[in-house]
Amino acid sequence: MSDKKEALFSKKNLKLVKDPLDDNNPITVQVLGICSALAITVQLKPAVVMALSTFFVMCTANVVVSLMRNMIPSRIRIIIQLVVIATLVILVDQTLKAFVYDVSKELSVFVGLIITNCIIMGRLEAFALANNPWKSFMDGFGNSLGYALPLIVVAFFRELLGAGTLFGYPVIEKLGLYELGYENNGMMILPPMALVTCGVYIWIQRMRNKKLIEEN
Amino acid sequence: MKIFRNLLNSVKPHFEEGGKLQKLYPAYDAFETFLFVPDHTTKTGSHIRDAIDLKRSMMTVIIALLPALFFGMWNIGNIYYGALGEEAEFFTKFSYGALKMLPLILVSYIVGLTVEFAFAIYRGHQVNEGYLVTGLLIPMIMPISIPLWMLAVSVIFAVIIGKEVFGGTGMNILNPALTARAFAFFAYPAHLSGDKIWISEQQTIPDGVSGATPLADYASGDLVYQSHMFMDYFNGSMLGSCSETSTFAILIGAAILIISGIGSWRTILSVFVGGYFMGYLFNLWGANEFMNLPPHVHLVLGGFAFGAVFMATDPVTASSTNKGKIIVGFLIGIFAVLIRVFNPAYPEGMMLAILLMNVFAPLVDHYILEANIKRRLRRKKA
Repeated sequence: MSDKKEALFSKKNLKLVKDPLDDNNPITVQVLGICSALAITVQLKPAVVMALSTFFVMCTANVVVSLMRNMIPSRIRIIIQLVVIATLVILVDQTLKAFVYDVSKELSVFVGLIITNCIIMGRLEAFALANNPWKSFMDGFGNSLGYALPLIVVAFFRELLGAGTLFGYPVIEKLGLYELGYENNGMMILPPMALVTCGVYIWIQRMRNKKLIEEN
Repeated sequence: MKIFRNLLNSVKPHFEEGGKLQKLYPAYDAFETFLFVPDHTTKTGSHIRDAIDLKRSMMTVIIALLPALFFGMWNIGNIYYGALGEEAEFFTKFSYGALKMLPLILVSYIVGLTVEFAFAIYRGHQVNEGYLVTGLLIPMIMPISIPLWMLAVSVIFAVIIGKEVFGGTGMNILNPALTARAFAFFAYPAHLSGDKIWISEQQTIPDGVSGATPLADYASGDLVYQSHMFMDYFNGSMLGSCSETSTFAILIGAAILIISGIGSWRTILSVFVGGYFMGYLFNLWGANEFMNLPPHVHLVLGGFAFGAVFMATDPVTASSTNKGKIIVGFLIGIFAVLIRVFNPAYPEGMMLAILLMNVFAPLVDHYILEANIKRRLRRKKA
């Protein structure tokens, strides 16, 4: 097989990581996994934890499914993928509960809902089932970074403008802006502003990256 | 006018192709067409021609807004001196209010137009005149005490997210002026509702002045309606956003809009009918004091009349079929009163009702067009 001769970090493999960051971003271009992205971006901390959890689940699931890809009967592949993801998610959930209980409470159902995150299922279906473990790992790595990037950018602005803090640290207060009459923007905490911030992210991305603009 | 023409002619070469400031042509074009009716002729196809273009019709709306604006200025002064417990001349009150409102209007225009010009120059299209009206509407529907920077942020949000992302004037889904108010309302609730904000410089006024709007008072049950209050509400000497209070002044504006054909009488009328209808239903129900408010009182309280005349009639965001205008207007009236009575957190339902129906207007239009097509096809078959 030609795959085996390929270098580990060949251009093709690196593209698997780079593509989802911009050209084929799961959130801003494919518009998948939006619900979790909107729900947990009020503050940076849960967003980062969520990104890490998804990172772990996606990379591992991709590798596991890729290893089993020749054994899985195609009729029941979805349920097998679900079992793999669900197992991993429970691991993550238990770990969070054990070590960062307050964050796990904040994330509440959304950790469990990683199981149904369409990005993960999509990568398993579209990639891991047809590629070797190393490539699948690269793909999972790239896509989870692509998921994390908008998540963290949106959470950064929502927490900074909405609550005046970053990771709970009162940035605005330390800068002394409140004394000048500045006030937190209560709307940034509300769900609609997650959509708007996400939309602005997409807008800026498409302004920079002309490839994304459809011809019509 | 000749001075302006000569001035424009002398700077024109700089902005035309090959000139030094070619990039700024949209800005030049905006000033030229603002002052003079443009001399462009249509190059392709045939169009219906009318001497009145968008800029001219926007000026008519501004003129229609003036009675409410001036009344608002007087009212601000009147309330201020009333709260102080001092007697004051008509002109003292008026000039006090005018001085208080001027910064709001200036900030709204300067910030909004800066954003508009920036977008026009960046995208290379003409500066759209829609902001002439929006820029005046925004300060008129804000409380007088709103900090200027909040106003500026709301304006920026409204122009960029409410309008420019959709492609500028004529493409927006939501009314930009109401977008600004809704943004301010949810972002800085302490400055858009409550009883501390409707009187200017309230902190300087000795205690004992209730500063809640009549709507808030009715919602909390602090006020019982008596029939002599109606004329006060109708004339507009009550607390509220800068220029929304006087139904009388607003109706003068409505007459100007309807006579000039710029505002749709269908929308205006059906909003009032819808509000009356809902108020009447609540009257029959009568579960609490607020529901017992006579239906005609709803129409003169808060921003109901202002919204009906100047917001619901916005040609871009309203329904574009005649039947649609009636349906959408009616629903605006219904929802406005519904939100007022059922949700004490939002004593002013008009803003939310109009924004909601802005979203649904294209859907209403769609079904009306489909029904029309179907009917005509059937006629052809028969």
